[in-house]
Formats: sequence, structure tokens, C-alpha cells
Amino acid sequence: MSASRDTASPSSLRLVLTLAIAGLISGIAIIGIYESTLPTITANKARELRAAVFKVLPGVSQMQALVYRDGELVALAEADKDESVVYGGYDERGEFVGYAVPGAGPGFQDTIALLYGYVPAEQQVVGMEILESRETPGLGDKIYKDAEFVAGFGALSTEPEIIAVKKGSKAAPNEIDAITGATISSKAVVRIINEAHVEWSERLPPPGSEPALNESESGGTGAGR
Amino acid sequence: MKKNESYEEFVKGVWRDNPVFVQVLGMCPMLAVTNSAINAIAMGLATFFVLVGSSILVSSFRHWIPKQVRISCFIIIIATFVTIADYTLLALVPKVHKELGAFIPLIVANCLILGRQEAFASRYPTRLAVFDAMGMAAGFLLALFSLGAVREILGDGALFGVKLFGENFEPWVIMILPPGGFLTLGVILLFFNWFKYKKDEFLAEVAEAERSS
Repeated sequence: MSASRDTASPSSLRLVLTLAIAGLISGIAIIGIYESTLPTITANKARELRAAVFKVLPGVSQMQALVYRDGELVALAEADKDESVVYGGYDERGEFVGYAVPGAGPGFQDTIALLYGYVPAEQQVVGMEILESRETPGLGDKIYKDAEFVAGFGALSTEPEIIAVKKGSKAAPNEIDAITGATISSKAVVRIINEAHVEWSERLPPPGSEPALNESESGGTGAGR
Repeated sequence: MKKNESYEEFVKGVWRDNPVFVQVLGMCPMLAVTNSAINAIAMGLATFFVLVGSSILVSSFRHWIPKQVRISCFIIIIATFVTIADYTLLALVPKVHKELGAFIPLIVANCLILGRQEAFASRYPTRLAVFDAMGMAAGFLLALFSLGAVREILGDGALFGVKLFGENFEPWVIMILPPGGFLTLGVILLFFNWFKYKKDEFLAEVAEAERSS
């Protein structure tokens, strides 16, 4: 490219072509990176979910997705988008332990998505894990960084409902200490669990008649067996 | 001689023309993601990658890009690198990606990056542009880290998530909230200006002494 070409006003065609080529190359690069990272990203998400289920349901070593369809829970690997899903947790002998129930609702800044473990036989929440949140760093984000708060969900009665109380004043089995300085976020977590619990309590089968663990395990329903 | 030149370009960005402390550019990520040292470093590295990558491209193609559409071309190049950084972080370190959130796509709007393309990469050979970009990005990383470290130590009593003080330390929560960013940045800028003032004074003294001798 000569200097004269740089100083002379280039034709519109050249300007359009430059931008079009730049856009094309950029598009190809973006498709490439998207395609090459997608498997890792999906695998990460699936692994995160698995880890979260095992975390909120202590003693669980196998899980399967349960879809609420036509009034009952069915073990299915894939659910339609508008169907509600819970995850059933089973111990290593395949005995049912509890449900991991996802819930979401407004927090202090944005939607909080979480997963909580529920053991129907004891009517207790046995664990809680925040999956997604944009709460204030240093304050609201203690809903997942504050080990004490998270541990508070380790044995929490859901009858009649969970109540967040001022730190240090927990007296009943259905009360949890809120985080000082993050009352709204703490209450949001409790509210999300309560709402999900009300929604699910009528759908879940009576204790003892939970769907059995699908032997082929979630993901490979029946294929080649 | 050539080596010196590259070195000059590098050091210029890290210290003398530090993009944050001297040029006061890139304030948005500077204030937003420096609430912990690790976030600051992740943001700094992402910016480093984008700045160096786009500087190489802009500088290599500087004769082919007509100057009427140069800004659009720079932005396309920068945006592509940002998207690559975004997906790479999401795939490799999902936790950090979650913390940085919207601020990774917003690297596109960091005026430090577009500024370097316009002021340097589009005018100089690739080798110099790379050193300039590395210097500026290293300066930015250094600035982000110093802010992030100060804010995390004071606001959370920890560094890289490791608690530094005993149980009795009461975290200075305001430091990890937005006002803490402004306070810390203000104090650091104060120091840099004081340092520059002292240096000028010292240089003047030296010149004076030389003239009288």
C-alpha cells in the first residue's frame, strides 16, 4: 500500500468492503470460540449442578432428575422447558434420601437462583446452595460466602414455614439467623425456599412412595440396555 | 538501542504514563471489580489479553484500514477479542466469570484500549505496539491489583480469600462497597501526584546545583 492511497479519500466501496471483511472475520472467530468452548461450558454447568445436589443432600451419592408431569413425578433425563424439575437424591444402595429443589426469586439486586435439599420424612431442609446471584459484594454475597448462614440450613424445619430472625435470636427449629447487614438478601433466600416449598409440597408423593432410582442412571435412560 | 526502545515503551505504561494513576483511564472496571484481589487480577489479565491482541492486529493492518472507518474497525477487533476472553473465562474459570459478570463484555467500552489503538498501535510498527500494549496492560493490572488488594485487606480482612487478621478484626465493609473504590483510588492518586511534585522539585534542585557548579 502506497502512501498516496492512504491520503487520498478512498471510495465508499472500499470503506464498506473493509468493514464487511472485518465483520466477517470477527463473526467466524466468534463462532469458532463459541463452538469450541460450548462442550466445556455445558459440562461445567452439569457438573456444578451435580455437585450442588450432592452438597445440599448430605449422604447422597446418586441422583436423577424428576419431572412433574400429569400430576406425578416421573424420572426423566430430559424435560420440556416449561416443566418443573426436582432432583431426587439416593444413597449408594439406591434408597431414596431426599429432593434437591431449585428455586428462584428476586433478591436485593437481581434474581437469586438456589437449590435446597429437602428430606420429606423429616420435613426438614438439610442444605442450601446459591446457584446464581448478584448480591452486593461483602454484604449480600454472604448468603453463600458466610459459612455460618449456609450451615444454618443444615437442619431447618419447614413447619409451618422458615422464618429469618435477627442474628443470635434463633429459638425455634424453623428459625434461621439472618446475616447482619444483609437482612434483605437473607430474607429473600428464606422467601424463595418457602415459596418453592409451598409449590412443591402438594406435588411430591407421600413419603415412602418416591420414584425409585432409574438403574440406567440419569442421562442414559434405557439406551442400549 | 532497539532493545532500549522497546523497554522504554514497556516501562512508560507501567509507571510514568500509568493508564490509571496518571492518565486516569478505564475508571469503570477500576472501581467496579476491585473489591477483591482475585477479581482485580482476572479483570487485569482479560484486559491484558484484549489490549495486546488488538494492538497486534491493529498495528499489522494499519496500512489497510482506511482512516474514515478506523474507529469501527478497531471496535470490531476489540469486541472480537473480548468475546473470546469472555467464553474462555466462562469455560476455564466459571467461578471468576460469575464474579466479574457484566464487566467482561464491558471491556469493549474501556477507553484505555481504544485509546491505545488510536494513539499508538495504528501509528507504530507491530513490535513497538506490542511493547506499548504490554506496558499499558501491565500498568492497568498493577493498578487494579493495588486497589483490589487494599480494598480486600481493609474491607474483608483477607487477601486472596486468606484471612490475615484474627477473629477480632472488624471488616471495614465500606471498602468493598462502591464508596471504598473512590476513597482508595483518591488516596492513591494523591500519592502519585505528590510523588510527581516531589520528583519535579528534586529535578529542579539538581538542575540548579549543576548550573551553579
